[in-house]
Amino acid sequence: MSLLRKIRETGRVAEDAPPRPKPGDFPALAGSAQVRCVDAGSCNGCEIEIAAAFGPVYDAERYGAHLVPSPRHADVVLVTGPVTRNMKVPLRRTVAATAEPNVVVAVGDCALDCGEFSGGYGIEGAVADVVDVDLTVPGCPPRPEQIVAALRTVTGR
Amino acid sequence: MSVIGAAAVAVQVGGVVAGAPLLCGLMRQVRARLEGRAGAGVGQPWRDLRKLLRKEAVTSLGTGPAFRAAPVLLVATTAVVAALVPLASTATVVSGSSDLIVVVALLALGTVTLALAGLDSGTAFGGMGASREMTLAALVEPTILVSVFALSLPTGSTNLPAIVSGALSDPDRLVSPAGLLATAALAVAVLAETGRLPVDNPSTHLELTMVHEAMVLEYAGPDLALVELGAQMRLTVLLGLLASLFAPWGIATTASAGALAIGLAVCAGKVALLGAVLAAAEVFWAKLRLFRVPELLAGSFLLSLLAVTASYFLSGA
Repeated sequence: MSLLRKIRETGRVAEDAPPRPKPGDFPALAGSAQVRCVDAGSCNGCEIEIAAAFGPVYDAERYGAHLVPSPRHADVVLVTGPVTRNMKVPLRRTVAATAEPNVVVAVGDCALDCGEFSGGYGIEGAVADVVDVDLTVPGCPPRPEQIVAALRTVTGR
Repeated sequence: MSVIGAAAVAVQVGGVVAGAPLLCGLMRQVRARLEGRAGAGVGQPWRDLRKLLRKEAVTSLGTGPAFRAAPVLLVATTAVVAALVPLASTATVVSGSSDLIVVVALLALGTVTLALAGLDSGTAFGGMGASREMTLAALVEPTILVSVFALSLPTGSTNLPAIVSGALSDPDRLVSPAGLLATAALAVAVLAETGRLPVDNPSTHLELTMVHEAMVLEYAGPDLALVELGAQMRLTVLLGLLASLFAPWGIATTASAGALAIGLAVCAGKVALLGAVLAAAEVFWAKLRLFRVPELLAGSFLLSLLAVTASYFLSGA
């Protein structure tokens, strides 16, 4: 019963939808994008922001994006962090396992140019050095709004 | 007679195929609103299916016929169940073949094909999911059978339309101890069979807690669309069966177009209401630990056994 009272008192926490960003060129994924996250060597800052983007406040699911447990189900691969040596092959395999058409989104400064970790002995390179990147989300870490906006350019909603 | 009867079958199958994704969307929307979210809208599962059908078909390396045939078989068995079960009308052309044992066997066939596909995918999680699904199925199928037997005893037949029309003519059966026990037992069995909380979490991303999801991890594109549609159709059919057995009012008993239209509308309303109630209840539930699930299912089997016993002794047969 206390949970029921909590639900009634809280009401809706989702923020109003910001204006629709310019849709990208992904006609096959209109209205629906299944998302698989790959942590290629991130500090987990970006993961926290992705979790917030799919939480009740930013609610990325209302635009048709949905987190899925398998790359086979995925249309969008969200890659975070600089690609470490150990994650180079798994990242390639994950992207190869998704069915066409797929979209690779590099999330965070580390994914774009290795950021803080560039030159590290365990770093293979940025995400674009390993797989083809379609969209980028800069920031360290990027704000949830930016991640949601990138997903909205895919779903076009 | 036979034209309307055939139309009733077409309406039931078409209604289940078209309505199942909408029911799933409605349930997700109810849950999203209770969580304070805005929600993706009732049409989202249809958009997901449309997108999946446009995608490339991927067959994993080393998979065989069991993996490839399972999605089609799952949808086909569920479509046949949707034709047989009295959802909108008890006067269909196939109502003579609509036997309880056939319906349960077809549902079990769908479960087994998917479990075989999970084994065939050759991944660790596929095999684990298949083994869990079979453990649950072994406890769920007898419960469905026995709890409906409790209702079939006063009718003297395992024919589902006969059971539903019998309950319509004598509603006291439904509020008898046997009817109430059977309702509780069948409700738990339906939750387990369709992979809902507290038995399985349909939105989990943790492989170790998966049952149904673990078996379908390797499917992509159109095959995944069929698997998802099949799972949604099973939920719709089983909720519809539950509604027809325990709240049969409004179902068409004569082969007339007007009664069929009313029956379809009432059935859609009942299933949508049941789905919304289930989605709202799921917000308050947590998933049971896997080793506790057999206790829950054994409890529901016990209820169904008590229902049959009560039905046998109290009906004075």
